[in-house]
Amino acid sequence: MKSNTMILHTAALLIMPLQLMFSIFLLFRGHDEPGGGFIGGLVASGAFVLYAFAFGAEATRRLLRVGPRDLLAAGLLMGLASTLPAFFSGQPMLTAHWWDLPLPGEAYLKLSTPLIFDIGVYLAVLGTIMTFVVGLMESEE
Amino acid sequence: MLLAVLSGFLLAIAAPFLHRVAGKYIGWVLALLPASLAVYFSTFLSQVQDGPVLLEYQWLPGLDISLNFLVDGLSLTFALLISGIGTFILIYAGSYLAGHKYLARFYVIMLSFMASMLGLVLSDNLITLFVFWELTSITSYMLIGFNHEDLDARKCALQGLFVTVAGGLALMAGLIMLAIMTGSYSLAEILASSEPLHQHVFYTGAVLCILAGTFTKSAQVPFHFWLPNAMAAPTPVSAFLHSATMVKAGVYLMARLNPSLGEGELWSLMLMGFGAATMFTGAWLAFGSTGIKKILAYSTVMALGTLTMLIGVGTELAMTAFICFLVAHSLYKGALFMLAGALDHETGTKDITLMGGLRKSMPATATIAAFAALSLAGLPPLFGFIAKELMLEALIDAPVWSGVLLFVTVASAMLIVGVAGLVAIKPFFGAKGDTPKTPHEAPFGMLIGPAVLTIIALVFGLLPFIPENALLTAAVASVYGSPVDFYLALWHGINAPLMLSAASLVVGLLLFKAWPRIQPTLYAINYAGGRVGPEAGYFKFMEWITVVASWQTRMLQNGVLGIYMLVMVAVTFGLAGYTMLDQYGVHFTLNLADSHFYEWGIALLLVASAAFASGTHSRLGSVASMGVLGFGVALTFILFSAPDLGITQLLVETLTVILLVLVLFKLPEFVNLSTPFQRYRDLAVAIFGGVVITLMILAVLDIQYFESISSYYVENSAPLAYGRNIVNVILVDFRALDTLGEIFVLALAALGVFSMLKLKAEDQHKP
Repeated sequence: MKSNTMILHTAALLIMPLQLMFSIFLLFRGHDEPGGGFIGGLVASGAFVLYAFAFGAEATRRLLRVGPRDLLAAGLLMGLASTLPAFFSGQPMLTAHWWDLPLPGEAYLKLSTPLIFDIGVYLAVLGTIMTFVVGLMESEE
Repeated sequence: MLLAVLSGFLLAIAAPFLHRVAGKYIGWVLALLPASLAVYFSTFLSQVQDGPVLLEYQWLPGLDISLNFLVDGLSLTFALLISGIGTFILIYAGSYLAGHKYLARFYVIMLSFMASMLGLVLSDNLITLFVFWELTSITSYMLIGFNHEDLDARKCALQGLFVTVAGGLALMAGLIMLAIMTGSYSLAEILASSEPLHQHVFYTGAVLCILAGTFTKSAQVPFHFWLPNAMAAPTPVSAFLHSATMVKAGVYLMARLNPSLGEGELWSLMLMGFGAATMFTGAWLAFGSTGIKKILAYSTVMALGTLTMLIGVGTELAMTAFICFLVAHSLYKGALFMLAGALDHETGTKDITLMGGLRKSMPATATIAAFAALSLAGLPPLFGFIAKELMLEALIDAPVWSGVLLFVTVASAMLIVGVAGLVAIKPFFGAKGDTPKTPHEAPFGMLIGPAVLTIIALVFGLLPFIPENALLTAAVASVYGSPVDFYLALWHGINAPLMLSAASLVVGLLLFKAWPRIQPTLYAINYAGGRVGPEAGYFKFMEWITVVASWQTRMLQNGVLGIYMLVMVAVTFGLAGYTMLDQYGVHFTLNLADSHFYEWGIALLLVASAAFASGTHSRLGSVASMGVLGFGVALTFILFSAPDLGITQLLVETLTVILLVLVLFKLPEFVNLSTPFQRYRDLAVAIFGGVVITLMILAVLDIQYFESISSYYVENSAPLAYGRNIVNVILVDFRALDTLGEIFVLALAALGVFSMLKLKAEDQHKP
């Protein structure tokens, strides 16, 4: 399935990058403000679904570069990877670890295992929905 | 220690890359790991003399799951056998499978298997032990079915998996009962507790379940059939599986739990009965086979039976014999299997009737095989002799069934002497056989393992005080439950065990002489027996499972989605409603005074869209009105200041509508197929569900049984988890384990949908 309207093509090309940026914004601010990996992942899938509607499943696959199921696997691995720092320091599983990276100009980047975990959730959600959508669209062709 | 156990998994990940670098020396390179592990484990030798060492890591304290490791005589014996024999197996496999296109894959599975086995014998926590137990089942499945292009190998692998995993389920139940009885999941605590378990209500259940697990794993009668079939694996796998790992896992667990469960009569009688039956069956079938690997496999069954029986006897002497026989068997069985692989590799056949006179072309193989077979037959001066003498002595002194056990054991010993002749004399002496390949000596990599193992068996036999002082005393103490005084010696003077040994030697050699004549008869008997034996039962059972599966699919899964929904709603809300009325009754206090007009507006919108969705005749219309419903719910979340939920609901609704639209294209025209009766029935169930959920929500608002935990999250979110968004902090920090589980469920759902779509696509491609 692929749409041939120019409006959708143009709109998709303009909106999609914004949506992806917004999804990453949501992901990173999630710990303090509404947002987070789950919501971010949903927004990002929205972006790719829009693209898929405009240009078809094949083009979306090319854009993603990796298969949707690989995204899913990467998400699960990230989730598991976030348990490793606690594992190697002999703490109970999923004990959070925090690292503050100083940035130029008084700012700090808050890096943490919950963030890694949240990125895993983001990727898992994105991978799941893209598996559904790409699979459904391809089964039509 | 944690790193030592996990290093096998880590190296497994790196193995394919190492294979590219190391090329044909890969076996030697990878063998460095088990070799260094063996050295590491031997540093514990002096510590375990003073009692068990517990290395603690509370991994999931909330769930009683720890990565504690218990190092005592027994687990150290096993760890040393696994890493020691593992070293030679890896070297051997490099040579045996040289140039195999999946050699890298082989090492990945092999190393994971070894690591799982180490984890199994060293774990202190019952849950962790069980996980490692199942990992050995899964990795061995992949090893047995390694030649996956061969239908037979796949079948045999699946058979092993079914039998061991079915037992594993029972084992899990048994371990949980054990934990309930003792109040602890820690083996160290269970073993230290002095409560008499055999008077507990759960004792019988726990013993039966645990034994179902260990008997299937350790191939006891009537589950022995999977083990010889596991010969479909490449020889290095067989050698490892039979000597130090997999099948010994069941024996390990029985020995491990013996101090706790061994006081009950049920335990000892079951172990003695099944052990003795297995021992004789194994010896009998070994003597009737012609394939060298099959012969060895059945002799392993014999050994496993012997070990089980010795645990069942349970005296100090029996435990000493158990440990000695365990070590002796691992040494000679590892060696013999590797030699059998060498024979197979160099002659091109496994059939010993085709082999003969090979000592000229394969002198080194012949020499090592002769010594290893001496240990198998239980002859001096090898360690196998010491083990056999101890065993006979223990059986003479056995508290119950002494005569029967002794009789069966001597009969098996006679057969095993004959078997030893089959593996060590038949291929190498006599007239030159007619083998498919022209035989020549096996390469160095295939001989070093058997040679070293046999030399160790020889040294242990000649100087038995070396293993005794280093480890065996501690090992016997941990199996028996308290320290045991014993000393090992090759020569005990002329006594009853020696006479029995001599008798079995003479009869065994006579049997060997007669073998060419009686073998066809034996084979015919065993073949006829096999048609009614346990393996036939296994196939019957598998057929029966398919029949039941298709029957229950016809009965329950009729494919009408409407019925599925009806049943689910009726059952769920029926049960939930019953429980609620039964336990709490109907409660509600409705206070509508502080409600706002826009809340009424949203409520109206929700009701209207739901009504429209159920009444409309257009699919698109119902999808859209369901969307409206969802957005209404999202609005409610936002009104009651739950922005995260609101956003998520909005996004999920949007994506659901998109997915539905994608599916909508494929559906046929909307037609009303249901009769009026069906429609009223559906309506009744739907209203019932709605009423129940409404009453439940009202009840939840009204009654509070526990103090709400939300204040804890509100207070601690920022100070403990450095986040102000409580919802997100709960998801990724406080309750991250739940989320981890959820994303795995998500992944499973995605894979399910994917395979369904894929399956359908393939169906359509078929002509």
